[in-house]
Amino acid sequence: MKASDFSYENPNSLNAALALLANQDGDVQLLAGGQSLMPMMNFRLAAPDTLVDLNGVKELQFIQETETSIEIGAMTRYVQLEQSPLVTQHIPLFAKALPHIAHSAIRNRGTIGGSAALADPAAEMPALLIALGATLNLQSLTGQRSVLADDFFLGLYETTLADGEIIESISIPKLASTDRTGFYELARRHGDYAMAGVAVVDRVVGDLASLRVVFFAISDRPVRDQKMEDLLQRPSANDEQQHLKEAIGQLEFHGDLNADAATKQHLAGVVLNRALKEMET
Amino acid sequence: MNQRHSISMTVNGEAITMDVPVRMNLVDFLRNELGLTGSHVGCEHGVCGACTLKIDGEMVRGCLMLAVQADGCTITTIEGFADDPRSDRLQAAFERNNALQCGYCTPGMLASALDYIEAGGSTDRTAIRQHISGNYCRCTGYQSIVDAIAQTIEEGQKS
Amino acid sequence: MSGPLTNLDRPNSYIGRTVPRPDAKRLLQGRGQYVDDLQLPRMVHAAFVRSPHAHARVKEIDTTAATSLPGVVAIYTAKDFVDHVTPYVGVLTHLQGLRSAPQMPLATDVVRWQGEPVVMVVAHNRAIAEDACGLIEIDFEPLAEVCDAAAALKDDATIIHPEFDSNLAWERLVDSGDVEAIWDRDDVTVIERDFTFGRHTGVTLESRASLVEFNPADETLTYHYSGQAPHMMQAVLAKHLDLPEENVRLVARDVGGSFGIKIHTYGDDVATAIAARLLRRPVKFVADRMESFVSDIHARDHTVHGRIAVDSSGVIAAMEIDDLTGIGPFSMYPRTSAIECNQILNLTGAPYQIENYRARGRVVFQNKNMMCQYRAVGHPVAMAVADGLLEAAAHEINMDVVAIRRKNLIADTAYPATSAAGMKFDDLSHQRALEKLVSMMDYDGLRQSQEEARERGVYRGIGLVSMVEVTNPSPMFYGVGGASISAQDGATVRLDAAGALHVSSSITEQGQGTNTIIAQIAADRFGVDIDRVKVTTGDTATTPYGGGTWASRGAGIGGEAVLLAAQALRQQVLEIAGTILQAAPDSLDINNGQIVDVEGAATRMSLGELGRIVYYRGNELPNDMMPEMIATRHYRVTDFPFVFTNGAMAAHVEVDPETGFVKILDFWAVEDCGRVINPKLVDEQIRGGVIQGIGGALYEECLYSDDGQMLNASMADYLVPMAAEMPDIHIAHIETPTKTSTLGAKGAGEAGTGGAPAALMNAVNDALRPLDASIYQMPMTPQRILRVLGIGKD
Ligand SMILES: Cc1cc2nc3c(=O)[nH]c(=O)nc-3n(C[C@H](O)[C@H](O)[C@H](O)COP(=O)(O)OP(=O)(O)OC[C@H]3O[C@@H](n4cnc5c(N)ncnc54)[C@H](O)[C@@H]3O)c2cc1C
Ligand code: FES
Ligand code: FES
Repeated sequence: MKASDFSYENPNSLNAALALLANQDGDVQLLAGGQSLMPMMNFRLAAPDTLVDLNGVKELQFIQETETSIEIGAMTRYVQLEQSPLVTQHIPLFAKALPHIAHSAIRNRGTIGGSAALADPAAEMPALLIALGATLNLQSLTGQRSVLADDFFLGLYETTLADGEIIESISIPKLASTDRTGFYELARRHGDYAMAGVAVVDRVVGDLASLRVVFFAISDRPVRDQKMEDLLQRPSANDEQQHLKEAIGQLEFHGDLNADAATKQHLAGVVLNRALKEMET
Repeated sequence: MNQRHSISMTVNGEAITMDVPVRMNLVDFLRNELGLTGSHVGCEHGVCGACTLKIDGEMVRGCLMLAVQADGCTITTIEGFADDPRSDRLQAAFERNNALQCGYCTPGMLASALDYIEAGGSTDRTAIRQHISGNYCRCTGYQSIVDAIAQTIEEGQKS
Repeated sequence: MSGPLTNLDRPNSYIGRTVPRPDAKRLLQGRGQYVDDLQLPRMVHAAFVRSPHAHARVKEIDTTAATSLPGVVAIYTAKDFVDHVTPYVGVLTHLQGLRSAPQMPLATDVVRWQGEPVVMVVAHNRAIAEDACGLIEIDFEPLAEVCDAAAALKDDATIIHPEFDSNLAWERLVDSGDVEAIWDRDDVTVIERDFTFGRHTGVTLESRASLVEFNPADETLTYHYSGQAPHMMQAVLAKHLDLPEENVRLVARDVGGSFGIKIHTYGDDVATAIAARLLRRPVKFVADRMESFVSDIHARDHTVHGRIAVDSSGVIAAMEIDDLTGIGPFSMYPRTSAIECNQILNLTGAPYQIENYRARGRVVFQNKNMMCQYRAVGHPVAMAVADGLLEAAAHEINMDVVAIRRKNLIADTAYPATSAAGMKFDDLSHQRALEKLVSMMDYDGLRQSQEEARERGVYRGIGLVSMVEVTNPSPMFYGVGGASISAQDGATVRLDAAGALHVSSSITEQGQGTNTIIAQIAADRFGVDIDRVKVTTGDTATTPYGGGTWASRGAGIGGEAVLLAAQALRQQVLEIAGTILQAAPDSLDINNGQIVDVEGAATRMSLGELGRIVYYRGNELPNDMMPEMIATRHYRVTDFPFVFTNGAMAAHVEVDPETGFVKILDFWAVEDCGRVINPKLVDEQIRGGVIQGIGGALYEECLYSDDGQMLNASMADYLVPMAAEMPDIHIAHIETPTKTSTLGAKGAGEAGTGGAPAALMNAVNDALRPLDASIYQMPMTPQRILRVLGIGKD
């Protein structure tokens, strides 16, 4: 299980990386934390001709605060998010969710941008970004564009990321101290990808006031459902559980080795209730 | 089709400059090129933890990093920990508790355990178990490893 | 010397003591030497193209592009090996009727499982070898596959080996008493259940690895081996590579776990030896994790229909099982793949007094990876079936599960005894083990807290198992059937000129602590400090002939040989000392490396001084004295086919009925492995074994698609037990030494794996009982538990 050969580029600026991405022939891939790409290369499921290592691009590693948001460079590692006081204060949802992502040796390397770009439907980060109303800032040689996380994830390992584009940073609107978050996932073993999980963000003040519910590990992408969110925002009707069940029944479920679609459908209801309960406390 | 790069790094305190195939991962480099066979390979996809080592003070999977990425870095492997007095107590506790059988997971397990202890981890067994949950051991059943880590922390608190 | 074996007051009394392992420090410092750590001059590396199909004809193999890749040294297909290896067939005569087809290291014409090696590439490094594998084109013509064991027996099933009339490899019937007379009796309650046991595999952290050198000058083959049975492999390789046995040397240094995985004849390993011989240079093959999953033997994969009848007092009136297992396309060489089924027939219900017992076992060929012996062969199935049926019956007649065991266990006073399946038992302690378990776990208190939890809507369950374990096998296990597998073991103990002991033994170390107990026994019986004992194992060139380590035989058989050899050497040394000191040998003793007087314990001379006289100043000895200073003894079990051990275990679990998740709250094990040589090592064997049993019960399963593709051949998808979910395990011992040896040790290595699944299954079912659900399929995954709760059914 050895990777096939490639040429290795180690740019030290975003521009240099973008130029390599645009100008090298063949299959050019970016290497971030390597915690997904390296296994794929070892299995020879990925066999890039050129590997562009982003670890030397220091301008992609930052966590900054603006008045309304936290700006996170794509090469920021999970461990840096866990240790950042800014993140702890303004995105408490991260503190709840990050310990569920793999193990500390992997969180020491894995990056927020890598997880977003990979778009694994069982991964926590894409769901968190949608739930938080995040925006991904994408950069290419020809320009910059920003995409809402809602619109970024298109399917199994599929995003709107175009050829030649790099995720430069991710903007996450700050949560107010009165806002609430909930998170719950079921994994067979600690640190495994989930069998089913959900992130809930309830913003009670400001322009973004809304309730967001985003499931992961139940389908081919993170799943957000407005109908369900509406239901949950209405003052509790007495048959709320029944309505929720129906709303969940409308979603599209994709099975995996641990749980088929029917099981996922059931578990979606379970994790949602538990996340909501966690949010209440 | 075997492209190479020159790299320099410090491994267990020794400065090293070498030409390596770019596709070679860090643990293969340490084992096969430097003869540091204490780091083991159990899966080559990041799950078993046998290749866990320290790079610039952080615990990583040696199979999920390229050797070329370690250019300019400081690496500590089990051979380096073995000479570090901070790990003496932990090793003694592993021996006392028989926290190893075949010994194949042991180098990675020690790296994980040291990381936990140095970060000020508590003696709470659940916390210890969660921290080492990325290190597979087929032989011991983990309990003796948890015992060894907890005892090392207790001893550290006493002294 | 006779006298008490455990006398902790003497300076060198090591038997029965927790002594740290002398090899632990080395392993803790990263100084182990596993096969992949070795690098030899001119060494080259092997990789294999494996079949992507479960069943297909190999029409054409095009290696042109691969051959011209720089760094490629050789490429072999089956036809290149025809003149260099003879086919092997995994049958043994005592398993009457067992059949299998001849096998070659690389598939010839037809591939029969996904993962079967087809082409071997040897190159300067593994990466290039894999590059070359990617350039090899094989034209396969897919054939209809048979993957399901039951389907394989249908009339219209594809026959995997055309020379046979069906896919049935072996069938055995046991019929004792008269079960038919029982079922319709109206004073008995009859319970029937269908049990399903998933396939799982060993996942040794160090994968299989071979490094083979061939020296054409003297025609010797040296095989650096990560395995359990060097002498067996020596015989296998010599026979099939047509080399004199003495020219084949197997050397096992540190082995990163084995559990039965590393004791079989694998095509890729044999191919590595052939390539080394053809290339006349060292060839290394290290299975990567992906190929481990599709080529290391798998185990279990049984479906069992079970039936039990109990009378109103809870006495078992009859038990019947029908076992069906698929073993892959061949029976594994040389141990065969019928043993697991055979064990199940032998062991189901073995702890209990059962008059009427009937069992049928069928072993069939199928197009999946091969199956063979893995830790606790057959035990988890046998124990789960018998104790699953027994606990179900207890509940049916409203009897407590401990009470029903008390009723049926073979009494501790009843030995020697013979089971319904004909197993001969002696020195067992089922009743004491159960009582010790019940008090250790505070059974009554636990039942009470279970009730209270149920009232809170928390579903907890308690499950038990009483078990036997086959250990210390005699020649009746394999040798009788024609296999070159030794049931005896030898030990040589030598005193050197400095007064240190050197022990070499034919049993082997894979982490159990074999080398430690050898040192303990030798030091104890001879009378030196354990630091002065050096142990050699694993090398056919330097150790006596013997079976190696499997079937929990190391301590019991190999340990006894060490004991006998150390005692013999001690006698020799006392005679030499007597001559030198002009004293009667029996007035002298050896203590802490000194010759002392039995009376008064005054030191007369050190062993070092004795050594120097013998080796350097022989002139001081009488002319008719030619001291040996070395003794070799061998031992095998003679009176019994196996020496059984027994135990009792219990699990306490909590089931979340919303998610199907099972949390293990506690686990207890009581084990009677006879003489405990090193309590810590035994406890750790049991703990590791229990966790492996938990793996099979809750997590581990080789998942296959209908067309025979393994779906989870990675460690991300095949779930092994990791630390966070595993419980602490409480252990207690009963020591009933076996009368078959002086040492009295039985085995303990497989008890945990054999018993834990049954206890867990019973505990889960106990938790589910108020919900009117039960599960008899392992692993008991969340989804399967939800299904029996009616969730997710269409
Ligand atoms: C044992 C194990 C367990 C794991 N468990 C979990 C888990 O429970 N949950 C979970 O979410 N993840 C898990 N992971 C995966 C881990 O989170 C990865 O780190 C993550 O999926 C990818 O991040 P990375 O930085 O490592 O990216 P890489 O692996 O380096 O790259 C992933 C992909 O993203 C692309 N890419 C990376 N950065 C950018 C960028 N800035 N712009 C554009 N494209 C980019 C790469 O080209 C590549 O295609 C696990 C991994 C392992 C090894
Ligand atoms: S070898 Fe790196 S994690 Fe298994
Ligand atoms: S001691 Fe063997 S894998 Fe841990």
